[in-house]
This record gives sequence, C-alpha cells and structure tokens, in this order.
Amino acid sequence: MRARTERGASPRPVHLRPGAVALVAAGGALGTLARSGVTAAVGAGTAWPLATTVENLTGAAALGLLLGVLGRRTETPRVRAARLALGTGVLGGYTTYSALAVEVQRLAAGGEPLLGVAYGVVSVVAGVLAALAGVVVGGGRTGGRSPRDRDAADAPEAAP
Amino acid sequence: MTVLLLALAGGLGAAARFVVDGLVRARTGDAFPWGTVLVNVTGSLLLGLLVGAHAAGVLGPDALLVAGTGFCGGFTTFSTAAVDTVRLAQDGRLRVAAAHAAGMLVVCVAAAAVGVALASALLG
Repeated sequence: MRARTERGASPRPVHLRPGAVALVAAGGALGTLARSGVTAAVGAGTAWPLATTVENLTGAAALGLLLGVLGRRTETPRVRAARLALGTGVLGGYTTYSALAVEVQRLAAGGEPLLGVAYGVVSVVAGVLAALAGVVVGGGRTGGRSPRDRDAADAPEAAP
Repeated sequence: MTVLLLALAGGLGAAARFVVDGLVRARTGDAFPWGTVLVNVTGSLLLGLLVGAHAAGVLGPDALLVAGTGFCGGFTTFSTAAVDTVRLAQDGRLRVAAAHAAGMLVVCVAAAAVGVALASALLG
C-alpha cells in the first residue's frame, strides 16, 4: 500500500527525482574524496596498482554488507535514502571500474601483459568474493533482486 | 580548489550513473544488469580517451585528475558490478554470473584500450 501511495504522490521514477539524484550526487562526491584519500595514502610504489585494489575490494565488501543489512529491512523511504546515499552514492563513487580497465591496459601496453591479466582477474574474482562475504555477514542475501526491483517497481512503467 | 572540483566531478559522475542505470533498466528490465555494464564500458572508454589525451600533451594533470579520477571514477563502479555478479549467482544463474564478471572485465579493458589508441591517433 505504501508503494501505491508513494506512486500516487510522486509519479516520477526514482532515478528522475531531484531529491534522489541529489542524494546519490552528495554520496558520490564523498566517495570520490575517500578514494582520492586512499590513493594518496597507499601511494604508487609498486607495479601492481595497489590503491585501486584496496579501494575496490573494501568497497565491494562494504556494499555487500550494506545491501545485505538493508535487504532484511522493510523498504521505507529512509531505507531507500540510505541505500541511494551510501550504496549508489558513496560506495559507487568510492570504487572504480574505469581505473581498473585503464590500469590493465597500461600494464599490457607497457610490456607486462601477464601482470595486467593477473591484476584484472584477481581484482574481479576477489571483488566478487568480498561482495559475497559482505552479503553473507549482512544477512545472507542482497534481498534477491529486491533493491533494483523495488526502485523499478516505483516507476510508472512498472505499474500494471 | 582542485579537491573541490574533484569532489564535484565525482558527485556528477555518480548522479549520471544513477540516471543512466535507471533509464537503461526501465527499458531492459531487471533480468540482467545492463545499466551498470553500459556505465562501466562508456566510462572506461572515456578514461582511456582522457589518459591518451594527457599522454599526447593535450590535457593537463589537473584536468585529468578532475575529469578522470573525479568524473570517470564516480561514474563507473566496481562495487555494484561485484554485487550484481553475486546477485546473479544467488538467483542460481551461475553461468550468467561468470559471463557477467568476465565479460565486464574484457569489454571494459577493450574500451579503455580503444580510448587510448583513439586519442593518440587523433592527438598524438
């Protein structure tokens, strides 16, 4: 009933609501600053891009944990705001796929193709395991496909 | 000043990801996370272009930091990609999950390489 009420009051899909977009933007700004801070702290002394590895693995574990915890709760405006600000915003902005891709390319082009492949594969496999560990600790599931489904379910297109 | 611009660009990137993902999802549904795939592939291409432009001497270090680390970093996401793979696996679609994880890496690296090559061909 709540969803129906919300839909009636706010007909726009969530990704086009200014308040939701602003929450994600604010979180993304903080996450980007945190990533920049970790990069500065870790430094660039090794061939292996250690800073991106640390950011992506800790961010994947944290997002798994967050969605695992939130997936057990009833979806309220507050729960959704937390997911958008902390998950989509902070942790989405904290982690990066573009740096990973460019670093693999740089290693491969710089005469270290095996290191590049190892860096890419280890990042992705460890990232999935870190996310899974976070989900398990947080509650066992991401709530199925619920976070996405619930957002989409508020979109008018998804209404019967 | 650069730090402020970096944060601003990161926030802009994250907001753009949220909107693009939502628009894609409204069209393709939730069976497969195409939105994050599109975001990460285009973001990797863009960062490749920026890095190539920097190498060609066209883009300064501060601009690369703001547009690359800020916007592209905030736009693309590793954490959501990893959770998407977990979600596909938890839905029992193990092969789709493996293809999602491997395919994302291969296509994003290819996009980054195309970006770097394109920038150095056009600007180098």
